[in-house]
Amino acid sequence: MTQLLLFNITNGLMIGAFYVLMALGLSLILNLSGVINFAHGGFLVIGGYIAYTLEPYLGFWGALVASPFLTAIIGLAVERVLISRVYGRDPLYSLLLTFGLAYILEAGTRMIWGAQGKPFTIPEFLSKPISNEFFFITGYRLFMVLIVAVVVTGLFSFLRLTRIGIRIRAGTLDLETVAGLGVNVRALRSLNFAVGIFIAGLSGVLAGGQLGLEPTMGAGLLMPSFIAIIVGGVGSLAGTLVGGLLIGVASGLTAVFYPSASEAVIYVLMAVVLLTRPRGLFGEEGMLT
Amino acid sequence: MNEMNRKLSILAAIWVALVCAPFWMPYVGGYTALGTRVLVLGLGAMSVNFLLGFTGVLSFGHAAWFGLGAYGCGLLLKFVAPSTSLGLLAGTLLGGVMGGLLGALLVRRRGVYFAMVTIAFGQVFYYIAFQWSSLTGGDDGLRGFERQPLHLGFATVDILSDSTAFYYFVLVCFALVVAAMAFILRSPFGRTMLAIRENERRARFLGIQIEQHIWIAFTLSCFFMAFAGSLYALVNNFADPLGLHYSQSGNFVIMAVLGGMRRFWGPLLGAVVFVVLQDYVSSITINWQIFIGILFVLVVLFFPRGLLGFLQQRKRA
Repeated sequence: MTQLLLFNITNGLMIGAFYVLMALGLSLILNLSGVINFAHGGFLVIGGYIAYTLEPYLGFWGALVASPFLTAIIGLAVERVLISRVYGRDPLYSLLLTFGLAYILEAGTRMIWGAQGKPFTIPEFLSKPISNEFFFITGYRLFMVLIVAVVVTGLFSFLRLTRIGIRIRAGTLDLETVAGLGVNVRALRSLNFAVGIFIAGLSGVLAGGQLGLEPTMGAGLLMPSFIAIIVGGVGSLAGTLVGGLLIGVASGLTAVFYPSASEAVIYVLMAVVLLTRPRGLFGEEGMLT
Repeated sequence: MNEMNRKLSILAAIWVALVCAPFWMPYVGGYTALGTRVLVLGLGAMSVNFLLGFTGVLSFGHAAWFGLGAYGCGLLLKFVAPSTSLGLLAGTLLGGVMGGLLGALLVRRRGVYFAMVTIAFGQVFYYIAFQWSSLTGGDDGLRGFERQPLHLGFATVDILSDSTAFYYFVLVCFALVVAAMAFILRSPFGRTMLAIRENERRARFLGIQIEQHIWIAFTLSCFFMAFAGSLYALVNNFADPLGLHYSQSGNFVIMAVLGGMRRFWGPLLGAVVFVVLQDYVSSITINWQIFIGILFVLVVLFFPRGLLGFLQQRKRA
């Protein structure tokens, strides 16, 4: 029983880590640009498939590094050509635009790489369990948690310590004033978008190593990431982090006792949070109601 | 021709086209069942637009109420009583009541946040339909029910095998709901909805209880949507979990925007274009989704006011 419980908690944390990566990117873009990026899952999938294509040439490590950058470049192009046109307009249009993009990215992935799932091989030393007793803790899982920790720490220090990061945070609070102070908001938003997509691309590669690649895998991660943001509180990145881990563990724990409700439980959690704290756990008055 | 006459003649033209559809559709490559689907999905898009276009509230999870309507209708026909009218009633109540309850939780949220929360809650029902396979058939959808003949007292109409009769049945239902919508929009309540859309703060200053009005508009829209969903279960003799999925919500919103969301009839035009296009594209390629995606992008970039808004602009210019 302890074994099972531990297994599901670790599993939940792992999945939660994915939600966190995905939700952080979504949250960054939502906070600064007011755009809910429905196509985020599509970019995640593209990140995974690019790594799959590059792996024979660059190896696992090369693909792990190169793919997020390439995904971010694609994201940047999409932002410049399409998404930047709907900034400042009714949120309806950004929703519909990224919704359409999600369709295009998913169908595009299917056209290029086929509808069949693809395996993404990881180095042998990572795929072995590190302990016989806790067979489920493979090296790769630890590695993923490590990467997520590095990315989260990196992102938070970027936002706290660098000039650009501080501008992004300032823009989240009051974009007009930031623009009035002479900051190029256009470039700031593009860069911010690219950072979000970079993280999505990275999580695509990591997810590919654990679960294999499928054109639809991004769409499945999208809803939990939304919920992570809502539970944590729209406008708060720390909230998104907590929200993602929380719903991951909640769904992991539910899987022990009542497996078929493991997906529904995160919605229950969201309802409870919204009833008790309408702005989410870390949400503040005035931010993107 | 003055404004009033022009409006009346357009209205007459719409109804003549709808009533005669089974006769002219074959000549333009359509078929009656396609017309029935357009009507039902168009009614769904008009219900979404009741909220989106006339109250300015962006719900992106309305497929949930559509799908709940379909399941409510299907479950009643399958397990309780073989009656088409009771099925419609059950579906409408199920979707409408659930929507109203959830709406009470959400009315204080606005804009992007409202959209996000409605999407997320809408997905709850998708998962329930997907997981509870002993009742709902899970991924395969709910099968094993059929629409039943209508007993009108003086006659019995077979709407199961006679697709033209079924089209007229759906058209009558459509007309009743559309009349109810038009009636509400013309009432003082409907005018208040418009006031909230135009300037929420000013409406609040006038003493209008914004949250209460939005909740009522949301709930009405959920009932309309659930009714459309119940009809959709009758169209297919089948209820599909994908009917509850948020991508279906996106489809309804794009129909409304594509036709023109500030126009009463806009969403119906949007549904005609969307359904016919989807029907055609999915018959020639398996990657039809890419065309739907491109349609979304084109509408947002070039026709944000929809086809009707575009035509009007052209005329003014």
